[in-house]
Amino acid sequence: MVYDALIGPFTEFEFMRRALAAVIALSLAGAPIGVFLMLRRMSLVGDAMAHAILPGAAVGFLLSGLNLFAMTAGGLIAGFAVAILAGVVARSTGLKEDASLATFYLASLALGVTIVSIKGTNIDLLHVLFGNILAMDDQTLLVVAFNATVTLLVLAVIYRPLVIESVDPLFLRTVSRAGGPAHLAFLALVVINLVNGFQALGTLLAVGLMILPAGIARFWSRDLTAMICIAVVAAAVSGYAGLVLSFQTRVPSGPAIILVATVLYIVSVLFGRVGGVVRQLFPGRHLEA
Amino acid sequence: MAALHFHNVTLGYDRHPAVHHLSGEVAPGALVAVIGPNGAGKSTLLRGIVGILKPLDGSIHLGGLDARDIAYLPQSAEIDRSFPISVFDFVGTGLWRGTGLFGGIGKVARDKILRAIASVGLNGFENRPIGTLSGGQMQRVLFARVLLQNARLIVLDEPFNAIDSKTTTDLLALVKHWHGEGRTVLAALHDMEMVRNHFTETLVLARGPVAWGPTAEVLTPENLMVAMRMCEAFDDTAAACAADDISSRAA
Repeated sequence: MVYDALIGPFTEFEFMRRALAAVIALSLAGAPIGVFLMLRRMSLVGDAMAHAILPGAAVGFLLSGLNLFAMTAGGLIAGFAVAILAGVVARSTGLKEDASLATFYLASLALGVTIVSIKGTNIDLLHVLFGNILAMDDQTLLVVAFNATVTLLVLAVIYRPLVIESVDPLFLRTVSRAGGPAHLAFLALVVINLVNGFQALGTLLAVGLMILPAGIARFWSRDLTAMICIAVVAAAVSGYAGLVLSFQTRVPSGPAIILVATVLYIVSVLFGRVGGVVRQLFPGRHLEA
Repeated sequence: MAALHFHNVTLGYDRHPAVHHLSGEVAPGALVAVIGPNGAGKSTLLRGIVGILKPLDGSIHLGGLDARDIAYLPQSAEIDRSFPISVFDFVGTGLWRGTGLFGGIGKVARDKILRAIASVGLNGFENRPIGTLSGGQMQRVLFARVLLQNARLIVLDEPFNAIDSKTTTDLLALVKHWHGEGRTVLAALHDMEMVRNHFTETLVLARGPVAWGPTAEVLTPENLMVAMRMCEAFDDTAAACAADDISSRAA
């Protein structure tokens, strides 16, 4: 009975196995990125980037139909263009990153919507924009796995400057020039993982599997390594439970995954060991020292 | 060979100079106090020395030092204290020059980090997140990192602000230790007593050099009065500078 509900769907149906593989790949790469987004106070930047890649994907779709490579390429180009332009403007002028990013992503969004409305819209496009993790073919799954691998490798390379730049950017500037490139590489990773996510969850929810696990992890640890591990596990668990939920009910898979993550988040906010609400309301007696 | 050579340096923001026409030299191993009222351009000068602010005019020569041979402790460090990083890891970033992007932290490096933490009196704090430290403890942590940077030139911007006397005494001892090791130390300071008692050389700054030389000669009420008056004149609509040549002297 329990086996039928929790494991059966995956042994029985290949599309469920593919979906699970995809969601695990997304968790491994996306959740660490999400942790850094959160710690660098860029959570909403991820959301803005999700909007920025949408028109790129739409252009890819209009040019070559429902071809995920074309859409991925379009999304990457749009995302990179916005991220890099915003980063360069922020670094070379006094404008803050969020302000310059808002400008560029809105411009990108407006451009995309214009292109789509001129060429006419399509129900398939909508379908892909909101993602369908249950319709992963081999090619798509490979793209997702490849992107996740690249993400982890690049993250390993830029990890140290990224951490130092997050804590003390001025210090990094005085000892090294790695800060700027590391920051741009990080923005690129954000884009890659958003594009990765939109094949499964759609552009609008892609950022969810990055930010929500990071938010969850924040309530359970004060240590960066532990936070990243917790975020990955939380993302994978949300993905798995979301797939089961979606299989057993009629909830679409993408929203199901994010809703499960939301439940985990609420539990963490309430009962988290680090700054959870219950902990704050009932802190226990104060310590000796 | 001077550790630092200022050649008619003008530093500022948006074409408005904060430090005017500074020329002079800092000898290797010198212990220099930079004093002056708020807005005198002390921080600006130090930012210029470490290279995060390009001079509007003139040039600063580091006498063969690489930019990485400088350890800089800014006045209001832009440190995100909420970031989950331990004292050990944070201090360890001072070893960047040796480890770079990938270098591992081996046994020797670990010992170095632990010794640096111990020498600022923070034994037992290694695993504490930096967010849990008090202001004075954080300043000790920053000094520990400077210590690890093992730099030939150490630039401290008002390092003893809002720090209690015990911490100040401990950290000042560290500064004098650096001086004893032959490192060049520049510190922006407000405490005239401290400058008089511990710093051999003083630069009085007031948007331009007022006086520069041995502390005993330079730290006079007259010079301080001049510095005070010069700082009051900030004009948003100032015309381009006609290269008023304020006398400045070499150390």
